[in-house]
Parts: sequence; structure tokens; C-alpha cells
Amino acid sequence: METISTLPPELIRMVIAVIIIISFIFLNAIMMGYLERKIAGHVQRRLGPMEVGFHGILQLVVDGVKLVAKELLIPINVDRTFFRLAPILSFTPVILPLLVIPFSEKLQARDLNLGLLFIVSMTSVNVMAILVGGWGSNNKYSMFGAMRAVAQSIAYEIPILLSMLAIILMTNTLSLKEIVGAQQKIWFVLLQPLAFIIYVISGIAETNRAPFDLPEAESELTAGFHTEYSGIGFSLFFLGEYTNMFTVASVATVLFLGGWHGPSLPYGEYLGIVWFFLKVYFLLFFMIMIRWTYPRVRFDQLLNFAWKYLVPFSLVNILITAVVVKL
Amino acid sequence: MTFYQYIAEGLFFAFVLLVITGSFITIRARILMHTVMGLAVALLGVAGIYFYLGSMFLTLMQILIYVGAVCIVLIFGIMVGSTPTEIAEKNIKEKKNIFLAVSAAATAFFLLIISLLKTDWISALAEAGDFSVEHLGENFLYQYCLAFELISVILFIAIVGAIILAREGRENKGEPSE
Repeated sequence: METISTLPPELIRMVIAVIIIISFIFLNAIMMGYLERKIAGHVQRRLGPMEVGFHGILQLVVDGVKLVAKELLIPINVDRTFFRLAPILSFTPVILPLLVIPFSEKLQARDLNLGLLFIVSMTSVNVMAILVGGWGSNNKYSMFGAMRAVAQSIAYEIPILLSMLAIILMTNTLSLKEIVGAQQKIWFVLLQPLAFIIYVISGIAETNRAPFDLPEAESELTAGFHTEYSGIGFSLFFLGEYTNMFTVASVATVLFLGGWHGPSLPYGEYLGIVWFFLKVYFLLFFMIMIRWTYPRVRFDQLLNFAWKYLVPFSLVNILITAVVVKL
Repeated sequence: MTFYQYIAEGLFFAFVLLVITGSFITIRARILMHTVMGLAVALLGVAGIYFYLGSMFLTLMQILIYVGAVCIVLIFGIMVGSTPTEIAEKNIKEKKNIFLAVSAAATAFFLLIISLLKTDWISALAEAGDFSVEHLGENFLYQYCLAFELISVILFIAIVGAIILAREGRENKGEPSE
């Protein structure tokens, strides 16, 4: 039998990385939830959470405990297997993309040479969770939410992939580390501004955030696909959503904003993570501001915008990139 | 065997188990949604086998295309036109064409077995060939260009067919087209 001391070090390293990433996912959700409520408050000229801790900073911790302690209600007419499966399905695949994201030059769990493809394929499973949850709830609001989620994600997955393709054409690699390495001198946001704009818009739509939050539009669909969920089931959806936002922002940072590059710091190969996180949270702050300052689009506007504007523009962008790269 | 080989062997059997369980759910489930989920599980298992065989690219493509796209489109279709559970039950209980089905399955099985036995299996090379994305892309666009383009024509025909079917449905109801 193998003992801990004879276990291969790579395996131990991966286990530690997964543990750190899972704890970070919870921390990120708490921070994002707090930020979101605080920013929403100030946008609407009120204070947001103020009671628990200094300026309500512990509010989300308390909320988390409440959600975990609550009973998970399972309505009678739901499909029990699907109802239980959906939150797990929404939470599990979101852990995996964080394994290949290079937080700094040396802080990366695994440098896959197909890293970008890995992230894209893992995030595509998320729609499955929404569908399973929406259908399994046996509730027409959930069902409508799920159906909207599919139409939306099919529409916006194409421009998001096409805008990534422009970067891949320039760097000739799918490894996230090499893509960041190629931005030593100039960030790709300056060379590919159109791709960046398309990526951010589609990223907001992919994570089902306002102004594209049709799958969970509360004024029309109660809460969309997670209407029937309570307690831990709801928390897993919540965690999945915020982690997806983080992934989208990190990929944007890696592809367009130069990843860990910034003014040099001591121990730069590790402390590059400071710059990385600053950029990621700037993007997340931007996404939250958009959510609370723009009205929701109508569903036909949403689909028309994707198919009639984003897809053609990203195709033109790829054409121009290919010609310029070839010259 | 080293510890890693134990893990790899364990994973292989886990993936095979996934494929078998998924396929079994696919053919035995009473509810269409469960059928598609079973299919998704089986396809995930296939992706796992690609992973075991060392082709990360095929693994990711399998997940992206089959689990992430094909299954979702299937589910979408089922949600739009849901089959009542009673009809699904009836379809499973009535065994009208059981002889035809069994003979068709057996024929396919024996054809596969024959081709399996006839193939000269070469043992895996210690040094694997070039499976990089560049190499794959060159193969697709130079050596297998015709097959690659033909597949895209099939997809194009499928899209056009879907649009034609959808348009007819719309006109019959007499709804305004815009």
C-alpha cells in the first residue's frame, strides 16, 4: 500500500490547488455578493447592508450560514433526480476552469497547452445545469427561464468564441500562459479593441447578467430557472454564477489585459497575482455597474443584437486579423 | 505498477462504467429528458476514454460539441414539444418490432466484431505521434480536406432543412411572419 510519503508530489500539488480554488470560490462569492449589494445600494442612493460588522462587511457570511442551515424544500411534482442534480451540475464544472488560469507567472495549477479550449468546454456545461434545473422544477417560470437560457447561450457562444479566435490567430497558441507571455510589450486590448468589446458584451450575456438577464428576469419570471430552489440548492446556483463571472473576467484579463503584467514588484513571478486580481475585479466592478445602471433588453432585441451585430462584426474582425497576421 | 498506473486503470474502468450506465439509461428511461441525460453521461464517458488514450484535444471537443451543444439542442427540442409520459410508457411496453430491432442490433454487433477481429492491432508507440492542434489543422485542411468540407455541407443542408420545416409550420398557422 502507498502511504502519504510515497504519494507522487504532482498529485499532492493538484489536491492542494483544488482545495485552494474551492475556498477561493466561496470567498469570491462572499466578496462579490457584498460588492453587488453595496454598489446597488449606492447606485440607488441608499446605503446597502450596514448592520452586520463594519459597514455590513460580514452580511454575506451571515447570509451564507442562513442558506446552508435552511431546509432544502423539494416540491411534490418536481423530477427529484433532476431537481437534486442541477445545483451540483452548476457548481462542479465551474471549479475546473480556475485550474488552468495563470494567476501569475508561477501561480498556475496546471499549464495545459489547450487551456483556452478547456475553459470554453467546461463553461459550456453550465447551460446544461440551467436546463436540468428549469425542466426538473416542473414550473412554467423555470421552464421559460431555461428555454431563454439556451437560446441566449447558443447565440452568444459564437461571438465569444470568434473574439477569442482573433487572439489565437495572433499568438498561435491556446495556452493561457503563452498568451499572457505574448503581451509583455503591448496588451491585446490595444491591438484588438473590437474583439475586447465583443468579448465583454458576450461575456455579460453568457453569465446571464443584466442587461441580458432574461433567464432569471425577476419582474417577468419570478426568479427564472431557480425559482423553486431554497437553501443549499440556491446557494450552489449563486456560487456557480459568481464563479462564472470570475472566470469570464479572468479570461478577459488573460486574453486582452495582459494577465499578470504590470509595474514590476518584488518576487514578480508570484506577486503578479496582485495585478491580475486588480484587473479582474475592475472588470467585475464594471459588470456590476452595468447591471444596476442599464435596463433589461427585450428578448428579440437580445437575439437580434447577437446574430445581426456581434457575429458579423466578430467575423469581420477575424478577417482583418487574419489578413494583417499573414502580411 | 506505480501509483499513477493504478489511478489510470481505475479511471479507465470508471469511464467505461459511465458509458455503459449512460447507454443503459438512454434505452431504458421512461421520460425523454432522462434519455437525453443518459446520452450526455455516455458521451461524457467517451470523452473520458479519449482522455485515457491521451488526446486532450478530442476530449475537450467531445465535451464542447456533444455534451455542451448536441445534448442541449436535443433537450431544447424536447422541451418545446414534450411527450406525455403515458405515450412514452406505451412506446416502451409495446414490443411490436422487437424481432426487427434485435436482428438489426445483432447484425451491427457482428459486423463490428468481425472488423475488430480482422484488424491488425499495433501496440501503442512509446513516443506518441504529433497530436498538436497545428498538426490536426494541417491534416484537416490538406489531407482530409474533402471529408472536412463535406461534413460542413451536411450541416448546411441540415440548417436549411430546419428553416424550411419551421417556415412551413409558421405559414400553416396563419401567423404574421414578423
